[in-house]
Amino acid sequence: MSAQMSRKKASAFDRQLIWRALGDSFHKLSPAWMVKNPVMFVVEVGSALSTVVAIRLYAQGQIPVADFTMQIAVWLWLTVLFANFAEALAEGRGHAQAAALRGTKVSATAKRQKGSIWEEVAATELRRGDVVMCSAGDLIPSDGTVIKGAAAIDESAITGESAPVIREAGGDKSAVTGGTRILSDEVWIEVTANPGETFLDRMIGLIEGAVRQKTPNEIALAILLAGLTLIFVVVVMTTEAFAQYSGLHLQLVILVALLVCLAPTTIGGLLSAIGISGMDRLLRHNVLAMSGRAIEAAGDVNVIMLDKTGTLTYGNRMATEFMPLPGVEIRDLAQCALIASLADDTPEGRSIVALAKEQFGLEDPQSGSEPPVYHPFTAQTRMSGVDLGAHQVRKGAPDAVAAYVGGVPAELEKALTEIVEGIAHQGGTPLAVADGGRVIGVVHLKDIVKVGIRDRIAAIRKSGIRTVMITGDNPITARTIADEVGIDECLAQATPEKKLEYIEQQKAEGYLVAMVGDGTNDAPALAAADVAVAMNSGTSAAREAANMVDLDSNPIKLIDIVEIGKQILITRGALTTFSIANDVAKYFAILPAMFVPIFPGLEALNVMHLTSPESAVLSAVIFNALIIPMLIPLALRGVRYRPQSAATTLRNNLFVYGLGGLFLPFIGIKLLDMMITALGLVALR
Amino acid sequence: MTLVGIGGIVLFLVVVTLVVKPVGLYLYNVFDGGRTWLDPVLAPVERAIYKVGGVNPAKEMRWTEYLFALLAFNLVGFVLLYPVLRLQGVLPLNPQHLPAVGAHVAWNTAVSFVTNTNWQAYGGESTLSYLSQMWLTVQQFLSPITGLAMVLALIRGLTRKNATTLGNFWVDLTRAFLWIALPVAAVAALVLIALGTPQNLAPYTIVHTLQGAKQILPQGPVASMTSIMQFGDNGGGYFNTNAGYPFETPNAASLMFQLTLGFLVPVGLTYYFGKKAGDTRQGWTIFAAMMVMFMFGVFVTYWAEAAGNPIVSHLLQHAVPNMTGKETRFGVAGSSLFETGTTAVSWGSTAAANDSFTPIGSLILLFNMMSGEVIIGAWGVGLIGMLAFAILAVFLAGLMVGRTPEYLGKKIQAYEVKMATLAMIVPTFVILGFAAWAVSSRGGVSGIFNPGPQGLSEVLYAFSSGVGNNGSAMGGLNAASPFYTWTVGFAMLIGRFPMYIPALAIAGSMVKKQRVPPSIGTFPTNGWLFGLLLIGTVVIVGALVFFPALALGPLAEQFAMQAGHLFGGVPK
Repeated sequence: MSAQMSRKKASAFDRQLIWRALGDSFHKLSPAWMVKNPVMFVVEVGSALSTVVAIRLYAQGQIPVADFTMQIAVWLWLTVLFANFAEALAEGRGHAQAAALRGTKVSATAKRQKGSIWEEVAATELRRGDVVMCSAGDLIPSDGTVIKGAAAIDESAITGESAPVIREAGGDKSAVTGGTRILSDEVWIEVTANPGETFLDRMIGLIEGAVRQKTPNEIALAILLAGLTLIFVVVVMTTEAFAQYSGLHLQLVILVALLVCLAPTTIGGLLSAIGISGMDRLLRHNVLAMSGRAIEAAGDVNVIMLDKTGTLTYGNRMATEFMPLPGVEIRDLAQCALIASLADDTPEGRSIVALAKEQFGLEDPQSGSEPPVYHPFTAQTRMSGVDLGAHQVRKGAPDAVAAYVGGVPAELEKALTEIVEGIAHQGGTPLAVADGGRVIGVVHLKDIVKVGIRDRIAAIRKSGIRTVMITGDNPITARTIADEVGIDECLAQATPEKKLEYIEQQKAEGYLVAMVGDGTNDAPALAAADVAVAMNSGTSAAREAANMVDLDSNPIKLIDIVEIGKQILITRGALTTFSIANDVAKYFAILPAMFVPIFPGLEALNVMHLTSPESAVLSAVIFNALIIPMLIPLALRGVRYRPQSAATTLRNNLFVYGLGGLFLPFIGIKLLDMMITALGLVALR
Repeated sequence: MTLVGIGGIVLFLVVVTLVVKPVGLYLYNVFDGGRTWLDPVLAPVERAIYKVGGVNPAKEMRWTEYLFALLAFNLVGFVLLYPVLRLQGVLPLNPQHLPAVGAHVAWNTAVSFVTNTNWQAYGGESTLSYLSQMWLTVQQFLSPITGLAMVLALIRGLTRKNATTLGNFWVDLTRAFLWIALPVAAVAALVLIALGTPQNLAPYTIVHTLQGAKQILPQGPVASMTSIMQFGDNGGGYFNTNAGYPFETPNAASLMFQLTLGFLVPVGLTYYFGKKAGDTRQGWTIFAAMMVMFMFGVFVTYWAEAAGNPIVSHLLQHAVPNMTGKETRFGVAGSSLFETGTTAVSWGSTAAANDSFTPIGSLILLFNMMSGEVIIGAWGVGLIGMLAFAILAVFLAGLMVGRTPEYLGKKIQAYEVKMATLAMIVPTFVILGFAAWAVSSRGGVSGIFNPGPQGLSEVLYAFSSGVGNNGSAMGGLNAASPFYTWTVGFAMLIGRFPMYIPALAIAGSMVKKQRVPPSIGTFPTNGWLFGLLLIGTVVIVGALVFFPALALGPLAEQFAMQAGHLFGGVPK
């Protein structure tokens, strides 16, 4: 099973993963690990304290109080474990994928060039700049560039795509990846990575989270959460002083419960899971982000640069219309175009045949007595055609065809020029058709926009992102396609320099730019862009300059990447808001429970009418614990992202997570209190 | 609650709303190179000041330089004020021959007037000579303009792009003084004199009352001090009873005039901020969030005071409002409005005895200060606090739109969050920490005159007032005792400098950032939704942390009062 297969099958609730995560959540209880997350560390300390208190109470024989304290302690431990479980589950998926990838890193040997001879060395000994020779059946020992020869390579270990790809010396398809297998032929490869720095190594490292750095937003949020926790520590400690002043002695466990309920444990417990699962989600899209920063930048992008060819359009021009000159039947034109294209195997030629058959129900002409003579397209003639007996048909560039027939009659020349210019103006390519000695009409070839692309562009624009089309076409042609797709701007007659210049200009205005590239000459622009996605099929220079690699080499995925980036941020924000809004209800559960013994009037704050102070505290603590596992699926899957304006997104999410966070715990705590009362979990007064 | 009372409050709110734009535009003209009709007179004075002071007005400062100048300026203010208080007995302008101010109280007072707090651990007319009072008046000019300078720097930090400097502190200070503090205070003093406030350097008048008793009527430069104390949101009154004293506020008209005076600059700054941000709706949104919270507070206080104490009503056999500690000239509505106003504006002038407010009424006063004095707030600092909350709100909820949170097109990153969190931590730590210390130490508890929840409220009030640089006192606390002079003194210092240094640090970091042009993908920080979010952040993040303390203080007392239970007697 390839890595990709396992990746796709790894569902969130895979039983094996869950078992492993369960084990990990206990390993992570080690204080050395917990201290990295101040919020949960405070909970752990509180859990330990409560446990000690409970044991002491048992020893003193105060059984009812000890039972209550122990229950709180257990739920506090569960709070920590649930948070650890969330993180372990998110990491677990990565571990499984990394294990599969590591399987491909067998101890390969390589034939290294040493002077004029080839020596057999272990792959781990290869250094940047070494030249190795690989032939059919060999595992490529390290990342490199093909410097001689061409070969079919199976890259399924990396990409999951089983169709072999061709890699050859020179050009933009020269990069090879260590761990992939040569299927045919023999190539010389110059190694471009030292051991431990190869693409596969980095990929494993990234997936395993070993080198996962916190993203800038995550750091900022962690600071805020730590600050809030610190504040609540002071709140709880001073509450003890105020209570003593009021003549009330509070149990330690109640104070700990208050602290844990107020501290932002929900987001604190799920924060790292959100980040890890975001990376994982990208990976399941077969995109490898070199840093968390890049994923986050993807969410921030304001400008997306998309190549026209291959991304927005199919890349081939297709026949869309037959345009006869005056006095010619359209059907005759279609017939001649069909004949002229019979032997034309290019996509354009095939599209002419298809259009003629579809529009006029024409069929392949019967071959006559004489065998047809085909005239293939050449750069000199700039046309192609067939001699079918006396029937000589040609199609090609209008001026070439006109020259072939010895000029167009003056009365038709105007009509021809009009048609040709009209097509060019719409961004299409005119193809003149001649039958015998005269031009009879023109076939309109145009770029065909990919199915569904318009909707995707419209969706991304709704989120306030500007789309820019990059094309080598002239501005008029470019604008026509851009309008058809719904693109905001186009960068026509684009050269690598122009791209770079454009990106730098956008950045100077404060925009964040995302782009896709594959060639070596894209590298400077990729390096300048905030989000730079290199195609896996691209050169190693492009891959080095980029901060993400798309293993499927599908450029339109840039839009998915942006959406995933946004989704991570939204999830983080939503759970933070939810977590903080929860505090209100918890105050109303715990404060009256704490203070009613001394100030009975404060029972008025017990708006949920919880049964007893003990059940109130316990239900708040249980709610606080259970909300974490309940939100794990949301944290791992991410809050759904809809393309819409920021104002609408904010309103919807504030409504769901802000107001929801305010009211849901009132209901949840009340229900838990009813259950606790029904089960008699706490001794009633 | 009466129709007249509600009408008066609404009228005041309308007046405040109407002055926002003109004041904001005037500030814009003063600080951003516009023209004002005072220019012909003041421009030469300004140039002379720079010449004498050796200030190059064109030289801009980085945030650290700006901060250093600001701190140095305030340190000098402290160093000059303290000896005047200690030596007033031998200094001129002391017709009553008042002795030197004690060391603790002098320290506390000097800090108090440098930090724009105006917490008064002394009784003005019985402690301070005319020279001391006038020297305090000088600080009443200097401390608000310092606050104004701080917010100017922060606003520049938020609105400039790809810059490094935040303006020149000396220029901001000079212009704020010449164009704003001085002319308005001068005119206001004349208005106050016309409304009946004395202004002289004569000795105290001794009169014989109809019953034959001898009464001393204090005199002095009252109007000049009152005008700047109110306009500059200082609140440190000439007389011990502050604005409640007939010579300071002879009538309701004078009270409303003084109240409006204190709101002018803080509300005008919101418009100025919007104007600088290139979108006045940004400013109006902040103003609206402030006003909604303020209005809520005013009406709750008014309702609570009008409802009065059920126990008293029961004894009298008919419902009476809570008139204890309130001037009949101002009534329940006027007193509720004024006290809510001066606690919200970090101002601290008082026209009623806050200690006698109903528990719910005093809860609102406490909330106004505990929220970080962001509900309007004093010159500059109120807006600074609110902008810090805006940054937090943007960060907390802003992630929910799927972009790194931005405020005014600038990204909010770890550094800004760290600083805003720091600014949020300061009041919490100081109020709760000092209050907990006070209620659990002998020095603290012995200064509490009213045991039970009221005593806790008084302690919380003292530190909230100190750290919020408000300066009003609830009373019932031995503020002149060494414990409280020192703890409140430190609360005032921390509440002024450590609280606002992070704001300047944010300005220094934000000013360097690129401004991302807004699009429909931008988190909108203008409009009702953000206003609500801002209110939610202030309430949940800023004030909810005080819920346990408030539950044991005013809330416990209110519910007990409704149940017919009163607190009193000796402390347990």
